[in-house]
Amino acid sequence: MPLLDIKNLTVGFDTSAGLFKAVDGIDISVDPREVLAIVGESGSGKSVAMLATMGLLPSTATVTADRMTFEGRDLLGMSAAEKRKIIGKDIAMIFQEPVASLNPCFTVGFQLSEVLGKHLGLTGRVARDRSIELLQLVGIRDAADKLGAYPHQMSGGQCQRVMIAMAISCNPKLLIADEPTTALDVTIQKQILDLLVRLQAETGMALIMITHDMGVVAETADRVIVQYKGHKMEEADVLSLFENPKSNYTRALLSALPENAVGDRLPTVSDMLFEAAPGVR
Amino acid sequence: MSTPVLEVRNLKRDYVSSGGFLRPAKVVHAVKGVSFTLEKGRTLAVVGESGCGKSTLARMITLIDEPTAGEILIDGIPASAAHVTKELRQKVQIVFQNPYGSLNPRQKIGDVLAEPLALNTDLSAADRRDKAMAMLTKVGLQPEHFNRYPHMFSGGQRQRIAIARALMLNPSFLVLDEPVSALDLSVQAQILNLLKDLQDEFGLTYVFISHDLSVVRYIADEVMVMYFGDVVEHRSREAVFAAPEHEYTRTLFAATPQADVEHIRARIARKRELAAG
Repeated sequence: MPLLDIKNLTVGFDTSAGLFKAVDGIDISVDPREVLAIVGESGSGKSVAMLATMGLLPSTATVTADRMTFEGRDLLGMSAAEKRKIIGKDIAMIFQEPVASLNPCFTVGFQLSEVLGKHLGLTGRVARDRSIELLQLVGIRDAADKLGAYPHQMSGGQCQRVMIAMAISCNPKLLIADEPTTALDVTIQKQILDLLVRLQAETGMALIMITHDMGVVAETADRVIVQYKGHKMEEADVLSLFENPKSNYTRALLSALPENAVGDRLPTVSDMLFEAAPGVR
Repeated sequence: MSTPVLEVRNLKRDYVSSGGFLRPAKVVHAVKGVSFTLEKGRTLAVVGESGCGKSTLARMITLIDEPTAGEILIDGIPASAAHVTKELRQKVQIVFQNPYGSLNPRQKIGDVLAEPLALNTDLSAADRRDKAMAMLTKVGLQPEHFNRYPHMFSGGQRQRIAIARALMLNPSFLVLDEPVSALDLSVQAQILNLLKDLQDEFGLTYVFISHDLSVVRYIADEVMVMYFGDVVEHRSREAVFAAPEHEYTRTLFAATPQADVEHIRARIARKRELAAG
């Protein structure tokens, strides 16, 4: 049984120009212990699909799906209180801008122990010890000292490590990483990706990587979904996607990688504007 | 040999954070003695991680920040940020990383493009308008974009506007501070192509600052690697990519994600072994 199973997910936003469908009939399923990458450009609806799953979209969004289950439990029909027991505990998420996602007014230690208190009921000494353990796990040196640090006193890479520590604090079954390394340098990106892959292998959680970087996909994923304008263009395991891309859009994306430049020019996606897939304008 | 477009001799920049009561002032050596020359029509890529001083270097050679020590010669003329003449400002321009932050949200695109001319030349308003219109089409935008505001454009279009603004004065060289790192892959390819086309057309010289080695490999003639304010390697692109000399360059190469099939196959094999063992 898949861990997360979504069928025909549609997310629409009410705009002044009428209903805008950011995600249009997408199926996503993740098995336990699997690393799934969702690739697409800005506006392809890759983040929105995951935010809809987490229930983090504003009230202007309408989310419909034929099915949305996590471990067989229906996420759509669930009450908010019930959902809160799953979200943040069994399904955790980390975001693109680590410095902006942490609360600037509270110390790292406070924010970590808040999660531990809310979901696991840990308080005081126990919560503090677990926080230190978590920070060490994500590779922060002087973990005990860093508990008293505010987000602005740390670098972007360190903040992302803290975000990861918060996300894995309750041993989630599924971790959703929304462009976790886009705001970071290559060397730091490598460290964070290695950390995520190591944690995934050690804990056996499933991992959804949302990214627009084909390099990140190649370094982490087992299976890949390629999205464009709210539609799924292709779904394949990582090797066949790179070896033998089926959809024209995937081919265009791959050939736009600077290392694949032919001669003096880079092919762009609009150069090879593909014969429109069914339903795509 | 002709005069190089840009010559930099032993350039240094320290930032001093003011001390407080009983607290000594702290000095950060952001750039520690950089020297290089750049010939016309070439592209120099400056590579390094955040905090290595590459943006500080960019600010100094565009005459925004004054160096603590050292000399900058543009077309053989000594330049100083303390008093930038109109002629000097016409020779050097910059494009910033974030096209969402580098355009004034209350200024129409036409005015954005005409402003450098109004400040640095004696052209009439009608001439400025014509030039701005011509540049707009040159960077792949439409004449009807002239009276629109920055928020009406996508990231890639905004970066085109920023490039157009930098080119309005017909500069000798252009500093590009991570011009594509905020853009999507497909848009990144369009902007890189545009930069190459413009370089061919105007004989431009680029100083291209980036931390993305795959982009650097595509666009650069020479590569300069910076690490904690020092230049650790400065050679031709072919030499650096064939055999990186410095330890830090090798670290950078190792950190860059690889998207070739062999690499993925090796990774999957490793993972299987790990799962089985």
